[in-house]
Amino acid sequence: MTMLTKPVEKRRIPWQKISHYGLLILLSIAILLPIYVIILTSFKRQVVVMSKSPVWWFEPTLNNYNEILQNHNFVRHLISSTYVGLVSTVLTLFVSSWAAYAIARMKFFGRGVMSNATLLVRMVPPVVLTVPIFGLWRQWESLWVNAPWHMRYVEWVNNSALCTAQGDLLDATCQIFADGLTDGRLGLILFYTALNLPFVIWLLVGFIQQIPMELEEAAIVDGASPFQVFRQIISPLMRGGYAVAAIFTFRIAWNEMILGLILTSRRTYTLPVKTTLFIDQAGVQWGLIMAMGTLILLPPLLLTFFSARQIIQGMTAGAVKG
Amino acid sequence: MSIQKQSWVPYLFILPAAIVLIVGLIIPVGNALYLSFFSWDMGTPWDTAEFLGIENYTRLLQDETVRKSIGVTLRYTFWTTTLEMIAGIGLALALEKPIRGASIFRTIFILPLMISPIIVGLIWRYMLDGRTGIIPHYIGQIGELIPFLQNFGFVKSAYLANIDTALRAAIVVDIWQWTPFIFIIILAGLQAVPADIVNAAYIDGANWWQMTTRVKLPMIRNLIIVTLLLRLVDVFRALEVLFVMTFGGPAQATEVLSVKIYKTAFAAQNLGYASTISMVLIGITFILSIFVLIYNNPTRQEGSH
Repeated sequence: MTMLTKPVEKRRIPWQKISHYGLLILLSIAILLPIYVIILTSFKRQVVVMSKSPVWWFEPTLNNYNEILQNHNFVRHLISSTYVGLVSTVLTLFVSSWAAYAIARMKFFGRGVMSNATLLVRMVPPVVLTVPIFGLWRQWESLWVNAPWHMRYVEWVNNSALCTAQGDLLDATCQIFADGLTDGRLGLILFYTALNLPFVIWLLVGFIQQIPMELEEAAIVDGASPFQVFRQIISPLMRGGYAVAAIFTFRIAWNEMILGLILTSRRTYTLPVKTTLFIDQAGVQWGLIMAMGTLILLPPLLLTFFSARQIIQGMTAGAVKG
Repeated sequence: MSIQKQSWVPYLFILPAAIVLIVGLIIPVGNALYLSFFSWDMGTPWDTAEFLGIENYTRLLQDETVRKSIGVTLRYTFWTTTLEMIAGIGLALALEKPIRGASIFRTIFILPLMISPIIVGLIWRYMLDGRTGIIPHYIGQIGELIPFLQNFGFVKSAYLANIDTALRAAIVVDIWQWTPFIFIIILAGLQAVPADIVNAAYIDGANWWQMTTRVKLPMIRNLIIVTLLLRLVDVFRALEVLFVMTFGGPAQATEVLSVKIYKTAFAAQNLGYASTISMVLIGITFILSIFVLIYNNPTRQEGSH
């Protein structure tokens, strides 16, 4: 009997732990289910997609993927999305890190205004910008789209062997200045940069403030200019901040649809815009949407699994100071 | 100490950002304000726009559909933020204790925030569809199994197509997407509460309830306020999920202000009046942002990190 009491004491069922894990698993299922459904559905035949009762087991098919690859210029829109995402991310990082450095470390007239204004414009609802951007940018672009040098450039792009490979990256680069602000990638790049700047400046100010001042002071004593200090001391120490900022910026640009719809045309639609075009009067082409959706999902999915730590850092930095 | 000697250096650093913000955000917002006094139809040249003075605004005040839309927006915002805050804080308190494998769960929890809003809208539209949707199907089956529950809405129906249920369904989708965000932020805040404070309260004999309401939640009060404010702003700004899921319908059941603005501009093609409605939305977010500014400004250097 003495033998029995002790092990029983030790093997008490850890109810708290079980309920803890149970709750977490339940929540995870709730979160993953829609993602599972979208991936699953993308491999279904049209008949199965439209079936009246849920189908969990079926013979998978690549029909939907073949269709979007062959008949819907998937690659072209992929390039458009990637291009806009990457260029606007790089642009945002450069521009915002300079501004963040000035706000975090320099004293100048208008600093307070600048930092408060940054926060205020961060809250502007994108839908408010649709109308003015649609109207205003169209006016601006007409100023240079009709300029002689621009026409000559377009002519060169259309004839140059370097640029005419349809839909490939080089072509996208050539076209970027040939297109106007409102029917190509240039306007979208500019818009996403503007949209992301306030948050990223805010984020990077926090990162810079955590870097000890002593390093910079020593460099200044040694006669370094502010530009050298930024490039050689601050920038290398900010890699963590840049990674967080890049994830958030790319995510916005990759996922956004409304301004994409307004600022691109048939040739330059980004992937989310292209996806919504599968909804029309004739109905919703669910199979194609799910295949498209799965492919759009992949980069954010991979980003999440490989850099969850940075994402959480960025999210909490948005709410928690520093 | 300041790191620069010449006074023009800081301006050089902020110049590119200032240009992008002015061209991309500030001028467009100013332009929206300007347009809000005009009657301008899409597809017509700007020269033909007609200056109306405050006529758009008097129209706004009398516009039943705008009033309806504001009502929908407020109900949508109230229920999403309230339920998300309660669920998010509750879960954070329940799951606060560090456990093995927490990082895997945390990774899963941030997934809904990383997915494109239009994908979120489309997948829920498919799952809630009255014909093919799995959610109405299983809810209907539960209702058949336990007929008593049918009184509480457990019947197979097209939730997004039904005026009475569309907004509720949209609220559920938002809760699915954003509760994890609140959960993760509050959890980070709770885990940053200094251990000696918690221990001191524990030694003083505080029970779980007292510990939560008197020690932990007050400690992260500011964090909760800022999270709530950020969430509020984001709900008002959001457009894309509802855009692809219901496009404001059926009737006006899910037509929040942002959808209303888009429809006025690009479906009714009334760019001037759409800008007038925009001013309501921007006014709301502006007021909320002022509060965020008061509670949380990273450039106001008080204390240390």
